[in-house]
Amino acid sequence: MAMVDSGAPKGSFRLSMLLYDTRYRSYTIQIFVLILLMLGAAWLIDNTIRNLAALGKDFSFDFLWNVSGYDISQRPIEYDSTYTHGRAAIVGLLNTLILAVMACATATVIGVIAGVLRLSKNWIIGRLMTIYVETFRNVPVLIWIIVVSAIMSESMPPPSAFRGDDPASSMLLFDSVAVTNRGVYVPGPLFENGLGYFNILGLDVSLNLMAFLVVVGLSIWVNRLVLASATKIQNATGVRPKTWWKSLLILFVPAIALLTFLGFHLEYPELRGFNFTGGIQMRNSLLAMWLGLSIYTGAFVAEIVRSGILAISNGQSEAAFALGLQPGRTMRLVILPQALRVIVPPLISQYLNITKNTSLGLAVGYMDLRSTLGGITINQTGRELEGMMLLMLVYLVISLIISTVMNFYNNRVKLRER
Amino acid sequence: MSDTHAHTVRFVRETMLPPQDPPSSQIGMVRWGRENLFDGPLNIILTVISLLVVLFLIMEMGPWFANSIWNANSLTECRQILDGASGACWGVIKDRWPQLMFGFYPPELYWRPVTALVLLFVAISPVLFPSVPKKVLYFTMVYPFLGVWLLWGGTIWGPVSVALGFVLGYVLVRATSQLSTLLSAAIVVILPILYWLFLAGPLVDALSAIAPLESQSVPSREFGGFLVSLVIGVSGIALSLPIGILLALGRQSNMPLIKYVSVIFIEFIRGVPLITLLFTASLLLNYFLPPGTNFDLILRVIIMVTLFASAYMAEVIRGGLAALPRGQYEAADALGLDYWKAQRLIIMPQALKISIPSIVSTFIGLFKDTTLVVFIGILDPIGLANATRASSDWQGIYWELFIFIGAVFFIFCFSMSRYSMSLERRLKTDHR
Repeated sequence: MAMVDSGAPKGSFRLSMLLYDTRYRSYTIQIFVLILLMLGAAWLIDNTIRNLAALGKDFSFDFLWNVSGYDISQRPIEYDSTYTHGRAAIVGLLNTLILAVMACATATVIGVIAGVLRLSKNWIIGRLMTIYVETFRNVPVLIWIIVVSAIMSESMPPPSAFRGDDPASSMLLFDSVAVTNRGVYVPGPLFENGLGYFNILGLDVSLNLMAFLVVVGLSIWVNRLVLASATKIQNATGVRPKTWWKSLLILFVPAIALLTFLGFHLEYPELRGFNFTGGIQMRNSLLAMWLGLSIYTGAFVAEIVRSGILAISNGQSEAAFALGLQPGRTMRLVILPQALRVIVPPLISQYLNITKNTSLGLAVGYMDLRSTLGGITINQTGRELEGMMLLMLVYLVISLIISTVMNFYNNRVKLRER
Repeated sequence: MSDTHAHTVRFVRETMLPPQDPPSSQIGMVRWGRENLFDGPLNIILTVISLLVVLFLIMEMGPWFANSIWNANSLTECRQILDGASGACWGVIKDRWPQLMFGFYPPELYWRPVTALVLLFVAISPVLFPSVPKKVLYFTMVYPFLGVWLLWGGTIWGPVSVALGFVLGYVLVRATSQLSTLLSAAIVVILPILYWLFLAGPLVDALSAIAPLESQSVPSREFGGFLVSLVIGVSGIALSLPIGILLALGRQSNMPLIKYVSVIFIEFIRGVPLITLLFTASLLLNYFLPPGTNFDLILRVIIMVTLFASAYMAEVIRGGLAALPRGQYEAADALGLDYWKAQRLIIMPQALKISIPSIVSTFIGLFKDTTLVVFIGILDPIGLANATRASSDWQGIYWELFIFIGAVFFIFCFSMSRYSMSLERRLKTDHR
């Protein structure tokens, strides 16, 4: 609001203007609030200092470098009870992130399928999906997690049931997956001529994985170049050259070549002694958290997907057909970009919810950040204040990263209006 | 004319034929089935798969439900009665019913939470249903104090003296209406707070000495089961809406300090899991309060849950505020309304109406989140279910307990969401 001349009386400033004049009143309020805030903060800090002094504690994060003395069942990086509390916290953080990524992926898949099927003309499947969504949305996630955990540990056969000539249970999928009450055993990747590990800041990074990621990244980049040149040719001549075989070649051949070079093969779980060995063991705690979070959040994602699709008016697809676009291209060029604009922001906030809900791991003994740093470490060292502050800070940073990604996406797809 | 053809044409129909029935494939169930279930190969596959799923569920769950055992005092007894057949042991619900409902609340006082629940429905009825007379709203205002007294017991003068603070505030609002808004707001806020801090305590003691109206007091640690979920959920819902509105207005404020304080608060609360806040309430609050203070765990949890929900509420209401056209704000300014009047009469009614669905889903989320208090040792239904599963009588039972608890939560949450849908339809004023 440009004020040329407000017409307000200039002249002398009176004290009552601090209360009655809108030009000064906001300063009065803010200074008042500031004083209150500072008093409140001073009161809290003073109390904290006095309480810490009374308990004979100081405020320091040194405990992170002390020996932790407890074991963690699921270790993505090397760890045992002789490592430090800091390392335990990192293991917990990695467990949190692994669980969050797994749950986000499956929740998206479940949600997209359920959301699309709920819109289906098929009466029975529409009803089934409505029942799924309403049941799972309206019951606390903690119950689902505990139920999955109870099913896994109480209804699944023990490893000994797989023994003998006529076992009570058998492995699934061509003897590659064993579902037991100690967890699910799946085949794990092994490399014959592996590149080994690279130690960075105390973390062992698998060079095999790095090499694989680099090769895949490069292939995707080259593929985009090929597609861009195809578009260029199309713009110049009106004919789009066929690129699908080039894309297939570029995307898959280098990755397969690398895997062959590294001697990639799968290691199957085998029953030895009292338990399965080999492969990857997915513990009950991980499965309970993963499945519980996925099916619960999947119901929310289904609603998001459904509303996103419903938000695109019929006119859009009709207009695309009128322009002569084929159904596939209509979907890819007209419907999806608009639907995604509606779907992605709430979807990302669901991812944020999943990440925060991983902290429920405590209920089934999943060793995430909250159970290591915010649980055992705090109990052992008595550093509640420091531990909780660090824990909140880490969650806050994760949330801020996710919301930065969301803002970046929102700005990129924002409708450019006049 | 008909005579002309009488000898050339053998037969002329003089009446219309009645319309024939459509072919059997085009009517009733068959047509409906063809259109909705067997329309194309993909749909046929989907239908068959869903039918198989439904059949499987019925085959698995049917006998289990059909063989329900209601009278058994332990899982072994129940399995003996079942004699190898699959069946649900609902006996656990019957056995643990008082615990699941009230926790360890003294059994002879069960009437108090039940009365509180019934009165709760009376109190919220004028808010929920427009046909209820508006006079009931006076009872709604009294209810929080009455409810607290019914649940926790103790001297009645405690809640009364707290209520007197609000009465004082109201009187001050009327008395200072001639003063500037800022001054009157300051007086209305500060005087009752001073009253609560310094006068309320001695007043309670004095009144109790004169007229000792007391009921048996029940400490918070005896609360449990759905009682505790409802107490936390209802207080959180009732308190988070006003705080959320204030935070949303703060975030939209022109005053930088107010704005940034609100933004930091909202983003901080939304960025951390509720569990960390609950642990803060149970572990850290003693650090932040003067040495020697120790206040009720359930009250701490209510405060944390309220703060948590109000940050989400603020974002939801901010969405409603953002959705209002600028013209509404400008019209309020043009009418000469001041900030609070404009908010109360023009902005908030519309913004809240827009955000009803999200507000209610925040409420539902809050109510579901009350289950997390199990982590700080409050015996909510899940905590009691875990205790039951660990007891020697019912070791190994889980479906029955969790189906029951889940069903209760489902009834509450589902009815809230349906109510919000009907409220949306009722408040709809546009003509589309």
